[in-house]
Formats: sequence, structure tokens, C-alpha cells
Amino acid sequence: MNLRLVAYGIAREILGGNDLQLNTTAVKSIGDLKEELVAKFPDFEKLTRFSMAVNEEYRDEEYLLSDGDEIVIIPPVSGG
Amino acid sequence: MCNINIIISDAILDTETCRQEVQRDGAGGQVVFVGTVRNQTKGKEVVRLEFEAYKPMAIKEMRKIAEAILEKWDALAVSIHHRVGSLGVGDIAVIIAVSTLHRDKAFVACQYAIDTLKETVPIWKKEIFVDGEVWVAAHP
Repeated sequence: MNLRLVAYGIAREILGGNDLQLNTTAVKSIGDLKEELVAKFPDFEKLTRFSMAVNEEYRDEEYLLSDGDEIVIIPPVSGG
Repeated sequence: MCNINIIISDAILDTETCRQEVQRDGAGGQVVFVGTVRNQTKGKEVVRLEFEAYKPMAIKEMRKIAEAILEKWDALAVSIHHRVGSLGVGDIAVIIAVSTLHRDKAFVACQYAIDTLKETVPIWKKEIFVDGEVWVAAHP
């Protein structure tokens, strides 16, 4: 499965860039992807929390990913 | 007239423009919340704040807040303007304007809007101090 990760805020700094192309067979869900991300970039575990969005909506851990999905990493928000 | 106005902009925000957007003849009150850049955090002097947004989703999430306000408090109109980019001390980061039939609902709705925005809208700010910088709320 090919996935594209897009990062904002501190997530971009942890990733070391705006986006990351991921080719993986281990990842099926958002939960899997979060585990994979923490394994590759341990600094994600230090965050208060982080969420994932697909098609501009927050998705829970059970959400199943499809080939070609673009997933946006949402670190703790701090608008206002 | 549209009862919801959502703007994310890197230009200076104008309180009166936002207020006028929620002007309705049937409204008995308008509450306008203005969020500004504070000069210090926990005693450390803030030089500036840098805001960034995941814009399409941030607009969607702000629209959800506005829709909830129209529904829950029978608001006549809601406007939310949020700034992005580099902001100095005293600059306006966010303006929320709500108009309702009676004033009490406008106060409650406006408070709900800013509290929810801070929890759900994908916008981030980095505080720049004289001797360093930090992404707000990123770490426990």
C-alpha cells in the first residue's frame, strides 16, 4: 500500500519535511500507521497526543486506509 | 445573506468588519471575542507568534462550530476570522462574532466557539522567545 503523509506544526519538524511517502504492507488502519510512525520517529511519542485526518476529517484508530490515501498528521492544536 | 462567515487570512484582521457581518435587524445583541498576542508566557518575554493552518480542514472545523451555534443557541449569524503567519505582541489572532435575539445566548455561544476552536481546529502556533521557541501545547 502506498500512503502519503503530510505534516504540520511540530509534526513537520519531527518528520524533517512537509511530507513522507510510505510504501508498506504492515499498515492497515490509522492505529497501525500511528504505531509505525512512532517506531520510525520516536519523538511522536513525546507529544501530548496526535491525531490523523483523511479527506479533511479526523479519523479514529479503527479507520481503514486505502492505497493512495493522503493522511495528515495533526499534532496538538493551539489556535486562537 | 449568508449566516456563517469563516476566514483564514495572513492579512491584518478587522474587528468592525467581523462585527458587521453578524449585524441582523432581528438581533438584540452581538458578542465579539478578540484574541490577541500576549507579551509573555510564564514570565518569558514573547517576541512574536507564528501561526500556521491546515487550511481546508481548519475552515471545515470552524464551520462545524458555527453551525452548532446556529443550532444550539438560535444564533442569527456567526463569523470567525483567524490570522496566520507572523504576529507581533498586541496583534489580533482571532475574532469571533455572534448575534442572537437576546444577549445571554450570544455570550455563551461566543465562549463555546473560542473554547472549541482551541480544541478541534487544526491551527498551530509557535512562540518565539528571545532565547528559543516552542510549539504551544505540543508537549505535556
